[in-house]
Amino acid sequence: MAALGEGEALRILRTMWRIRHFEERVGQLKRADEVHGLIHLSVGQEGVAAGVCGQLRADDPVYSGHRAHGHAIAKGAPLERVLAELMGRDDGLCRGLGGSMHLVDRAHGFMGATGVVGGNVPMALGSALAARLRGGDEVAVVFFGDGAVQAGHFGESINLATLWGLPVVLVCENNGFAEFTPRSAHTKVERVSDVVAPYGLVRETVDGNDLLVVWESFGRFLEAGRRGEGPFLLECLTYRLRGHYEGDPTKYREAVTKEDWQAKDPILRLQRHGVDAGWFGEEEVAAAEHAERDAVEDAVGFARGSPFPAPELAAELTYA
Amino acid sequence: MTTYVKAINGALFEAMRADPNVIVLGEDVAEGGPYTATAGLAAEFGVERVLNTPISEAAICGVAIGAAQSGLRPVVEVMFIDFITLVLDQLVNQAAKAHFMSGGQLEVPIVLRTQGGAGHRGGAQHSQSLESWLAHIPGLKVVMPSFAVDAGALLASAIADRGPVVLIENKALYFTRDQLPADPGPVPIGRARTLRRGDDVTIVALSRLARESLAAADRLSSEGIEAEVIDPRTLVPLDLETIVESVGRTNRLVVAHEAVAYGGFGAEVAAAVQAAAFDDLDAPIERVGAPFAPVPLSPPLEDAYLPGREEVYAAVKASLGRTSKSSVK
Repeated sequence: MAALGEGEALRILRTMWRIRHFEERVGQLKRADEVHGLIHLSVGQEGVAAGVCGQLRADDPVYSGHRAHGHAIAKGAPLERVLAELMGRDDGLCRGLGGSMHLVDRAHGFMGATGVVGGNVPMALGSALAARLRGGDEVAVVFFGDGAVQAGHFGESINLATLWGLPVVLVCENNGFAEFTPRSAHTKVERVSDVVAPYGLVRETVDGNDLLVVWESFGRFLEAGRRGEGPFLLECLTYRLRGHYEGDPTKYREAVTKEDWQAKDPILRLQRHGVDAGWFGEEEVAAAEHAERDAVEDAVGFARGSPFPAPELAAELTYA
Repeated sequence: MTTYVKAINGALFEAMRADPNVIVLGEDVAEGGPYTATAGLAAEFGVERVLNTPISEAAICGVAIGAAQSGLRPVVEVMFIDFITLVLDQLVNQAAKAHFMSGGQLEVPIVLRTQGGAGHRGGAQHSQSLESWLAHIPGLKVVMPSFAVDAGALLASAIADRGPVVLIENKALYFTRDQLPADPGPVPIGRARTLRRGDDVTIVALSRLARESLAAADRLSSEGIEAEVIDPRTLVPLDLETIVESVGRTNRLVVAHEAVAYGGFGAEVAAAVQAAAFDDLDAPIERVGAPFAPVPLSPPLEDAYLPGREEVYAAVKASLGRTSKSSVK
């Protein structure tokens, strides 16, 4: 598996900027009451979404949880349709019936996000089982937070995934907080990779804000998954820059200083690395960032112009 | 002549032969399960398609949903409906809503087979009738056959359905022999069966109570009272039309099921019928159901707890004993 190199780095950097600008814009739109429902942003965690989804094919099924925007975007979901969904519009990915916590983009293999923590893990196993039974080489991926690991479905799923040897990569975004509570208050086991250790699966804990490491580790798992091996667990230590949800006063933790964050930020780190390595210049990076910011603004215009769905839609789509 | 459980088994064989995407998973399914519903499947189709699972109901259901979203047609067995509690998050929050919440992008063609019912000294955790919980969830279809022919044919329809279907079997019926024609052809979901014609009273009865109601109807017939007995077969979507048409002729309705009467599915039938046919009713709608208590173990207590033909008979007599003010005018 190739390390992240010149060819891919700019594309991945752009994905991260796309997510960052999208999330920050959504935060503003939430305060303006233009997007609806509970909104969970992934600012600071973009490296995991970009490093993982950036290596997947459209037919690799991906599942996510309540903090799903970044995963959907990194998997290829069009910004304007994600935003229209958050606004409850007819042109939204799910025609406005799902919302922020329930994004689905079937065409890009984004099989679903769930608002029930941990409920997505067994579903990813099912998609992996389907791939194996049909003789495909798709690898299923499920994103979840460290909070999901304490849920019952997770324990059941780890047992089943290892028992059946399913081609699935379990990607844990360990941001240290389960909703408002630090991990230390929920469990005695600090690392998720230690929780699953007795099952003997290949697992790794990495710095999730270091794109080079995320890319390399996940790439190795993906390659083995393509050969039908699995499951794998990739624990990405990361940092959630905002609250659990938009509006969360985050009284439960220390604010991060600007200097600290500049050292941690997965986007700035990849930028610095790429410039130092001569992969791209400062101007090229700035242009990419601006292009993504503009794309987000275009998406806002599109979503605002999209109508709300017809009232009959709810009854129409209750049954397939 | 076949048994209820053999009809289920036969429908599974047929579906698995017809479509390689049909898989069966659950606890002990490769060994046939406790009631032989899945017997022989593993020998013909292999353990890749007949998957024994650990005792992990939530994960099993979640796996089935994911597999269905990715193109398979899984049939999940939850050994006793009492364990549906462990499956409800996946069933209610994921399976029932995936098509809706995805704006129609996803389909979840799973069948969740389970069985309920008391009368076997199973105690309070292996005897319940919990169908009303499931009937309350938009997005789920709920099927509850009473006869072998319907059990097999409705399972086939459930497997062919594009969305999640819960098939609630009844352990007390598994080894009953069918009294109905062997091959009724396909049975669509959402269509009631009129088991017996009559013009004096309509009895709508679920699962085991459908058979009990036929027995009650025989006794009533010997007294000159002709009851019409309707088995809805499907709770969601309910074939209200057949019931309302019948009540239009008989002007009296008894709704019977084994589940606790309070908050039971019979309440929904009663509400729907009075809304659609209030002017046709000559008496209050009578309901037959279990008392508001868990199922007791002790044999005489369980026997007393279980509603059956006696209770249906008594409910019909109560209905016939009432006369509305408007009809005496």
